[in-house]
Amino acid sequence: MSYNVKLPAFEGPMDLLLHLIGKNEIDIYNIPIAIITQQYMDYLKIAGEFDLDITSDFLVMACTLLSIKARMLLPKKLVEIDMEEENDPRQELVERILEYKEYKERAGTFKEMELQQAKCFSRETNDLQLLKKFPPANPIGSLVVEDLIVTFNNILKKMEKRNLTVSLSREEITIQNKIDYIYFSLMDKPNGTSFLKLFSDKADKEEIIVTFLALLELIRRGIIIFEQNCLFEDIYIFLNQITEGDKENAYSFS
Amino acid sequence: MPTLFPDDTKNIIEALLFVSNEPLSAKMLADIIGRSQEDIVLLLKDIKADCEREMRGFCLIEIAGGYSFVTRPEYASYVEKLVKPRLNTLTQAALETLTIIAYKQPITRSEIDEIRGVKSDSAVSTILERLLIYEVGRKDGPGRPILYGTTPAFLKYFGLKNIKELPTFNAHNITKDA
Repeated sequence: MSYNVKLPAFEGPMDLLLHLIGKNEIDIYNIPIAIITQQYMDYLKIAGEFDLDITSDFLVMACTLLSIKARMLLPKKLVEIDMEEENDPRQELVERILEYKEYKERAGTFKEMELQQAKCFSRETNDLQLLKKFPPANPIGSLVVEDLIVTFNNILKKMEKRNLTVSLSREEITIQNKIDYIYFSLMDKPNGTSFLKLFSDKADKEEIIVTFLALLELIRRGIIIFEQNCLFEDIYIFLNQITEGDKENAYSFS
Repeated sequence: MPTLFPDDTKNIIEALLFVSNEPLSAKMLADIIGRSQEDIVLLLKDIKADCEREMRGFCLIEIAGGYSFVTRPEYASYVEKLVKPRLNTLTQAALETLTIIAYKQPITRSEIDEIRGVKSDSAVSTILERLLIYEVGRKDGPGRPILYGTTPAFLKYFGLKNIKELPTFNAHNITKDA
């Protein structure tokens, strides 16, 4: 089995298997395991020579194929003693291949939808306007970003006054993590939560800043809204009710 | 509550849809205007028919749990001169990962890896960043792995009405489906 110089790079072992099955016009329900394994190993060898990236996933599949091939070579007598019923060693692999094939095809449909939807435009998102149109239930004082910044500075000063303990575990906190955390915390709090409650007691400066940035991003996207009873007091944040409605529709699956 | 002539309601719906920067649900429209949801839906159908019959530059679609005016795809090249075009389209890996999450949510990263036969870490990061998926919670069991689900932005990205309206496929090939 020889390959052209233009060696296709595959997304992963499943992709490669599907390609081999298609290329050889193999019936998925009756895979000639020896042939497939041979071609698969041939590909890995050639890919190595061409310096293509063979990830460990490819090697795991190689082992799987070889193991299935070995089991198929075992004399039937031994097989019947060891197993309760006669299992086709290829069964599990076939199911996996079929499942992957199915999702690959579905992904193709989504690709078309993506391209189609990219041609349709709606009004640009203008978050501030949306906030004005749907004020929070208790609209005491509408905040502007300057208020937030002032309050944030005050909170930072308050935190600095506390004894800073050396934190031993250095976990990297990303803004995305904090965005998800804030969003998720708010999901079952219809009455919102306070800004200060977002931090653990041992929050260091980095965590506070990252949380604040996450908050700003969520506000910018119109996902949450905020209010403050008095200047320099704590800030309360809520999920924007519009997005909540979207979410309910988005998550009632089946 | 001011009395409205029946004709006005349709115009009011149009006005609200025109100015809104998010899809509006029939319920929301009904609440704002003070008419029943059934009336609103009928009028929305009317508006949609009007736009199509008159071949307007925009049309009315149902998307992400609500209704929205969107420009006709035929005029995309012109609109793109005015509006920032969308981000790059998704890679094959990201698309496959997203498709799996859409149909199997909530699902963990390793469950996705099993189906794809490869590690999906970078694909998951990409679609997380794009806010197409988010962390729904954690699965019970060792390691308490993170569960992922799709967001409303996902619906908008692919032009879906709601998560129930995912394209259906013949499931006969998938023997492991729940």
